[in-house]
Amino acid sequence: MKEQFTISVFTENHIGILTHISIIFTRRHINIDSITASETEAQGIYRYTIVVTETRDMVRKVVKQIEKIIEVFQAYYHTTKEIIHQEIALYKLPIKAIAQGAELEKVLRQHNARILTVETEFLIVEKSGHKEETQVLLEQLEPYGVIEFVRSGRVAIIKPMWRFNEGLHEMEKNPEVTLA
Amino acid sequence: MSEVETTKSISTDFKDSSDLMVPHSSKTIRVTGCEAVVKSLLAEGVNTIFGYPGGAIMPVYDELYKNRDEIHHILTRHEQGAVHAAQGYARVSGKVGVCIATSGPGATNLITGIADAYIDSTPIVCITGQVGSHLLGTDAFQEADVVGITMPVTKWNFQVTKAEDIPTAIAKAFYIAKSGRPGPVLLDITKDAQFNEIDFEYKQCKKIRSYIPVPTIKMNKIDEAAEIINKAEKPFVVFGQGIILGRAEKEFKQFIEKGGLPSAWTILGLSALESDHPLNMGMLGMHGNYGPNKLTNECDVLIGVGMRFDDRVTGDVTRYAKQAKIIHIDIDKAEINKNVKTTVGIHADVKEALPLLTNLIKSRTHAGWIAEFHKLQQIENEKIIQSEVFPIQGKLTMGEVVRIISEKTNGEAVIVSDVGQHQMITCRYSKFKQSKSNITSGGLGTMGFALPAAFGAKIAAPERTVVAIIGDGGIQMTIQELGTILQTNVNLKIVIMNNNYLGMVRQWQELFFDKRYASTYMINPNFVTVAQGYGIESKKIESRDNVAQSIQNMLDHDGAYLLEVIVGKEDNVFPMVPTGASVEDIRLE
Repeated sequence: MKEQFTISVFTENHIGILTHISIIFTRRHINIDSITASETEAQGIYRYTIVVTETRDMVRKVVKQIEKIIEVFQAYYHTTKEIIHQEIALYKLPIKAIAQGAELEKVLRQHNARILTVETEFLIVEKSGHKEETQVLLEQLEPYGVIEFVRSGRVAIIKPMWRFNEGLHEMEKNPEVTLA
Repeated sequence: MSEVETTKSISTDFKDSSDLMVPHSSKTIRVTGCEAVVKSLLAEGVNTIFGYPGGAIMPVYDELYKNRDEIHHILTRHEQGAVHAAQGYARVSGKVGVCIATSGPGATNLITGIADAYIDSTPIVCITGQVGSHLLGTDAFQEADVVGITMPVTKWNFQVTKAEDIPTAIAKAFYIAKSGRPGPVLLDITKDAQFNEIDFEYKQCKKIRSYIPVPTIKMNKIDEAAEIINKAEKPFVVFGQGIILGRAEKEFKQFIEKGGLPSAWTILGLSALESDHPLNMGMLGMHGNYGPNKLTNECDVLIGVGMRFDDRVTGDVTRYAKQAKIIHIDIDKAEINKNVKTTVGIHADVKEALPLLTNLIKSRTHAGWIAEFHKLQQIENEKIIQSEVFPIQGKLTMGEVVRIISEKTNGEAVIVSDVGQHQMITCRYSKFKQSKSNITSGGLGTMGFALPAAFGAKIAAPERTVVAIIGDGGIQMTIQELGTILQTNVNLKIVIMNNNYLGMVRQWQELFFDKRYASTYMINPNFVTVAQGYGIESKKIESRDNVAQSIQNMLDHDGAYLLEVIVGKEDNVFPMVPTGASVEDIRLE
């Protein structure tokens, strides 16, 4: 049975890792729902968060193949229940939306969204949340004439306390430390 | 690809002058990037390189020329020849094979061999030249994104754009290629990096913090496996190249001998266990032996050692050894539970894991169970083997030729086969006494592999007889390498099994496509004349009367020899597990 998995990959900062990881998904015809990458709390070590909808068995195989990439430290996969995750969405609305006053304010309040900036012709609304939540806001903002909409990939923190990050800090302090 | 750029690329990447003022430590010397390449190779103990020059790699070639007494560079006739030769060299010697090519087409011509080395876990380091770093990404002359192209088929690759990165990149390349599950590594070095100067100091790479080549064994897994083996009544071992790559031939033999474990090999595992060992039950897979295939689905415990349950070995995987508990020992974690679901997966180096397991298993003989293999072997002997290797009428068969070669070399030769019917026949009927003696393209099935790989094997083991057995199709894919033999005077024996067909494809067309022989019939050149054109002694034989003597003459000849054998046009290889069938449905006709 297919379900949504969030894969976390910890890597060196090395050109080409993203391509290398994505080739592994492409070979098996797995569509990536979303992907994000950035530096972790340990300098020089990067974290990729990849969301896919697949069977557990397939995800397990893919994760092991990702771990074969020389510059990858570790890769993990989790179901949605095992993580806290978030996405950010930005909405560009015409300035005339403000003229509708209280109504827009109500929508933004309900969704816990905020106005990032107001320019002469447009304003930018920001909301973070799960995809379904940012999607609902999009639908409710449509009547105001959404000019542009963008949503980030998922970022996720894993709920179980784990020791991997301790290893990260040790590696940061001492380049001789290997991740066992 | 000997096109040479008309304008010499000028190094633009000099370090600023203050760098030059830094006093050099006693350990370092000032060298150019290309000198650093050659010094690094020497530091890794490299004395043989296969390659082909061209514009972007010329600085390195200039250094190789200056160091020609220390590094023997062999000029092949095509870059594919160079990479296959490096593979053959690595497979026979156990050392890392090295090949070198220029940018663009030189590098892309390596791809087939790199992919072959990747799927067959062969340690090679490929060095390619690249356009100057200021030209990268501009579609410059002979620029190809080789790092991008080879990413899915290398264990590691890296583009060096700064001369100072050369020693560490080469050190990493050799370490990665040979450690853990071996594989091909490619280094792409820009021309400016070859020209710029650095302070050279070489340190061998001993570890990489994100890479764990040899896992720590979990003892509980060994205990579990031993318990299962000790309870087994019909245990069966299937082994692969991991035994050879892990140099664990001795440990493996002790393991199966103590446990009385009948064992069968994948074609890459062939020669890890001597052919006449009483526990050697023969070949697995599509054209493997009758007993090992049939009994895979009757054993109660299946033990995979240093192999990866390839689809050519398992047949229909949903009907593969379902009745058995499966133990799988492999150094590559991604192989465990990839194709076959295991009861116990042991992620380990076989050389470490096998003695631990041997300690815990009971001494057994399993005579009754082994007799079942012998019974099926008897059936196969009568129905197939006898008429294939000792025919009394009709055209020559590939099987009798392989048998005679094996007899006349006393099972001590390195046998290199290409891909197709003759490959299956060669693996089925060659007998071996020592490891690292059977060289073939197993995973990728690369036609054209054998001639250059055999050449590389002979360079690695000049004291051994090396016989390349090749079909009439495969030989023509890399026939230009006869020129390499001409230039180097290498004493290589080449046997062409000529049936004027792409025989394996034709066999499938006969069996599964109602004999519609689409594009498999071949009108061939006069191979004897071709060989003679390259100064290679040659003979063509068709008759059973002189086959043994002709093979003897070939082996006795002091120098390279090409023997063309005309075999039955529409002979088939049996037994056969048709695609999609289960191993137990193996066909004898």
